[in-house]
Amino acid sequence: MTKLDLSDVRGDHRILCDFVAPGSRVLDIGCGTGELLELLIDTRGVDGRGFDTSQKGVNEAVARGLSVVQGDADNDLAAYPDDAFDYAILSHTLQATMDPKQVLEQLLRIGKKVVVSFPNFGHWRNRMQLLFKGRMPVTDYLPYEWYDTPNIHFCTIRDFVALSEEVHAKVIKAEALDARGQRIGFNAPWWVWNLIGDQAVFLLERK
Amino acid sequence: MEENMTETASAQPEKTPITSPSTQASVAAEQMDMPASKLMRFGPENPLRLDEGTELAPWQIAYETYGELNADKTNAILVCHALTGDQYVASENPVTGKPGWWSMMVGPGQPVDTDKYFVICANVLGGCLGTTGPACTNPETDEVYGLDLPVVTIGDMVRSQAKLVEALGIETLFAVVGGSMGGMQVLQWASAYPEKVFAAVPIATGPRHSSQNIAFHEVGRQAVMADPDWCHGQYAKEGKRPLKGLSVARMAAHITYMSDESLHNKFGRNLQDRSAITFGFDADFQIESYLRHQGMTFVDRFDANSYLYVTRAMDYFDLAAAHGGKLANAFLHSDTRFCVMSFTTDWLFPTSESKDIVRALNAAGANVSFVEIESSRGHDAFLLDEPELFKTMRGFLTGAAKARGIPAPSNGD
Repeated sequence: MTKLDLSDVRGDHRILCDFVAPGSRVLDIGCGTGELLELLIDTRGVDGRGFDTSQKGVNEAVARGLSVVQGDADNDLAAYPDDAFDYAILSHTLQATMDPKQVLEQLLRIGKKVVVSFPNFGHWRNRMQLLFKGRMPVTDYLPYEWYDTPNIHFCTIRDFVALSEEVHAKVIKAEALDARGQRIGFNAPWWVWNLIGDQAVFLLERK
Repeated sequence: MEENMTETASAQPEKTPITSPSTQASVAAEQMDMPASKLMRFGPENPLRLDEGTELAPWQIAYETYGELNADKTNAILVCHALTGDQYVASENPVTGKPGWWSMMVGPGQPVDTDKYFVICANVLGGCLGTTGPACTNPETDEVYGLDLPVVTIGDMVRSQAKLVEALGIETLFAVVGGSMGGMQVLQWASAYPEKVFAAVPIATGPRHSSQNIAFHEVGRQAVMADPDWCHGQYAKEGKRPLKGLSVARMAAHITYMSDESLHNKFGRNLQDRSAITFGFDADFQIESYLRHQGMTFVDRFDANSYLYVTRAMDYFDLAAAHGGKLANAFLHSDTRFCVMSFTTDWLFPTSESKDIVRALNAAGANVSFVEIESSRGHDAFLLDEPELFKTMRGFLTGAAKARGIPAPSNGD
């Protein structure tokens, strides 16, 4: 484990690192080319695995020496045994899955703890765009038009809290991030975070 | 072995062989009992248990090594060869005079870097380049084994390699790597000796030989056995060799190693040394001429009975069946790090078979990487210049070396 300068690291990744205990077993779902995995290995000394839908990203991650396979959250989580990992991580991927509820249930089965980060569709900017322009929001953080977005199941922070309730998950920790990816450093009711949070990171476990 | 296709478009022999075919055949014959490579002999006190229930003794295994074994003996990589390959993975083959069959992969500064790792490659049991096989002399009778040698399996091959590795004083292999039948051996190693395999790289392979693959092998074996010179496997005694049958077997097999696309790109319907078809059965087309050439050169370096044995070993391989029908059971509680690789146009061992392995490894909670490599060149791609293959191998071994605490090669690309 080396001490790294984390100032350049994506905000949600920094919080994800804080949520994960050193030396644990981690599965990163939708790991891309393995940035977060590498960060977790370097800073937290985890035993990290990952998968991603893009074979190209996977090939790059494996060439970096990471343990990664091609797969997608909707179909391939079932292959993993119960409690196989200390943490199952879903970083900015939930909104791109076909069946987020089923995916979250699988995560809670595979991981003793689950970390989920996602863009908050309930942010006031999105609400304003919808309210005044009457069109689906396109922002720096959600840069896609509605017809070509990989994101098919957007949710707000309050939606996610409700979903967690429905799949019998307990929220251990949660953080909201502002537009610059910085932690919103004060405690506030969910509706406040839901209004001003650009994205959120949740740490869950089975009830 | 799925021999390298020449990179040129010509279907002719690309260069004059170093030795003439007849000399090659006699060199090959010498190599069967007394190989030019290293040789480990096991006496009656150290028999090899075979899956069919008998024991083989005395027996021998021919092998080559490259690089240096470190003081802790933690940097050994076993390379397992494919169907008709040999121990000369990175050095000149004494029969053909050609460079090692994987010299792009294994060597100083290559992905399997012999400056850092100690590489072992052995001729398989049932082979014909120095390891006990049907073309060897049976010490009991002083005659060539022929079909008297028990049928061997992938499990037997791996058991014989394990005895070699043990005799070399190596407790744990840093990695076991191989493609095709070599990949089957890698899977068998990881399953039978998980504590002895730190990392495993099965390439272009499957957890079992499919019905279609068995069918192709059967065509090859029937071609050999239909040759009148085969003499029920006793051709050595009769002073004959079933060259035509073996050559046809090789031609059929060779087609399965390539993709339709690669055949089309290389040959299309081009004619060989003529401007029009002849309305006869000469080799009008380049592809015909190419296959005949492949068949003819193969018989000079390979033994017909050995071909029957090694194809049979592949046919019998079924890792799930050996573990109660559930492939994941073959890898339960394994600490081995796996890197599975497949090629998009490989129809002998398609990606779906590699994915079966990956799913089973995931279900067993194993540490696994999986890379599918885009290539137009079919099954043979694992022996060819495929940058993604080399990059993956180098990256994976480097990551594993870090985890193992041994020096890794610098990323050379």
